[in-house]
Amino acid sequence: MQTHAIDIESIRRHPAAETAGPIDNSLQVEGLNLFYDQTSQALFDINLEIPKRRVTAFIGPSGCGKSSLLRCFNRMNDLVDGCRVEGHLRLEGDDIYAPNVDVAGLRRRIGMVFQKPNPFPKSIYENVAYGLRIQGINKKRVLDEVVEKSLRAAALWDEVKDRLNDSALGLSGGQQQRLVIARTVAVEPEVLLLDEPASALDPISTLKIEELIYELKSRYTIVIVTHNMQQAARVSDMTAFMYMGKLIEYDSTDRLFTNPNQKQTEDYITGRYG
Amino acid sequence: MIHQDSYKQHISGQFNAELEAVKNHLLEMGGKVEQQIARAVESLLKRDSGEAMQVIAGDQEVNDMEVRIDEECSRILARRQPAASDLRLVIAIAKVTTDLERIGDEATKIARQAIKLSEEGKSPSSYVEARHIASHVASMLRKALDAFARLDVDMAVEVVVQDAEVDSEYGTALRSLVTFMMEDPRTISPVLNEMWALRSLERIGDHGSNIAEQVIYLVKGMDVRHIEPAQLQAQMKSSND
Repeated sequence: MQTHAIDIESIRRHPAAETAGPIDNSLQVEGLNLFYDQTSQALFDINLEIPKRRVTAFIGPSGCGKSSLLRCFNRMNDLVDGCRVEGHLRLEGDDIYAPNVDVAGLRRRIGMVFQKPNPFPKSIYENVAYGLRIQGINKKRVLDEVVEKSLRAAALWDEVKDRLNDSALGLSGGQQQRLVIARTVAVEPEVLLLDEPASALDPISTLKIEELIYELKSRYTIVIVTHNMQQAARVSDMTAFMYMGKLIEYDSTDRLFTNPNQKQTEDYITGRYG
Repeated sequence: MIHQDSYKQHISGQFNAELEAVKNHLLEMGGKVEQQIARAVESLLKRDSGEAMQVIAGDQEVNDMEVRIDEECSRILARRQPAASDLRLVIAIAKVTTDLERIGDEATKIARQAIKLSEEGKSPSSYVEARHIASHVASMLRKALDAFARLDVDMAVEVVVQDAEVDSEYGTALRSLVTFMMEDPRTISPVLNEMWALRSLERIGDHGSNIAEQVIYLVKGMDVRHIEPAQLQAQMKSSND
């Protein structure tokens, strides 16, 4: 399959992109094959470039490999026995799978948020401060500042500022998810990977997360996996459609949702029999 | 590129039914409008004011159809959030209804001129041009609607090209009518009435061409409005290669 070159002009035409500067690539995927064991291959020859400080969505039916691909970016698949990766993944030109890569360091640069909010059973404050504490930063003044900044970035500050020492588990699902995002951005990553971040949330919390994604993209490269096609259409600049482990089509979201190139994409996004 | 009846294959049978229904209503409206034009032109050529009155009364039905189709389109947009070819189908239908409604208005205008011509005396011309242009635009509209029903891009391109011919025939007809007015100023009033009717026919051709452009948008996802027919043909050729 050919490399899907990014149609930069089509992103620029998007009104939201008008104030943005030139577009560089953050993540590059080249000839990626992923095997879960000798016989089962999950991803087939994936080639794509993910633009910096933009939102890129992966859509496709269950089992199409979109989450597998997302998990390759911060080497979550390393945790799976027998998992093997071929090809190249690069973050700002650095090979993610090079033998000398410090995986913990990589995951600081590429943060991840999962479908189910997973706050630690600690206070709201400690949840956000956690990433800094394990880096050995314990100065109260620094932590206070980062906690406030991160909670503001996650649009949660106003709701929790008076109860920072309450347990995070007392928050609603939507608040917990935004807390997890605050915890992720506290360590200043370059990339945010969001795996179905809103699928367990009610519509209002979902819209808040989507609004947050829009706010966050001015500072972070965001890659989101979603089952909800309307959500992909709402939040993303670029959309990749995957099917059976293959990247079928990758284009600007505007184009993919109004006039896709491939029949398989058309059938999927319009809800036809595949 | 979409193919005929591809909208029938949704997992949701109800969605299929809704899209099919709105498309059928549009074609029904097209049929009604075609009939309005045919009767308006007949009333003009035969100076039959009774027929013309019926055309004017019939416009209400066309208007009602427009409102109903628009309602269906907004309902589908709100409830189904259509994407890709489904989205283009709904948008194209909403635009085509507007053109059909305007064609209906033009048919009414022709009928009004027919009434004036039957009351105030006939135009000295023998309506050769009117007859010719009328048959030309009627065939354009028929083709545009057929192209919509069959998703036939080639046919839609033909319509756009034909519109340029209609425009030039209209220019020729005006020049010949002006000579009548110059020869005998007493004919000015009836000739002007005929000119207004011709003007309406020419506008119908423009709307037919708009409908054909929507067919190209629907099928290919290409916006071909506001470009010259020659350029359109070249674009279509290169997109087929």
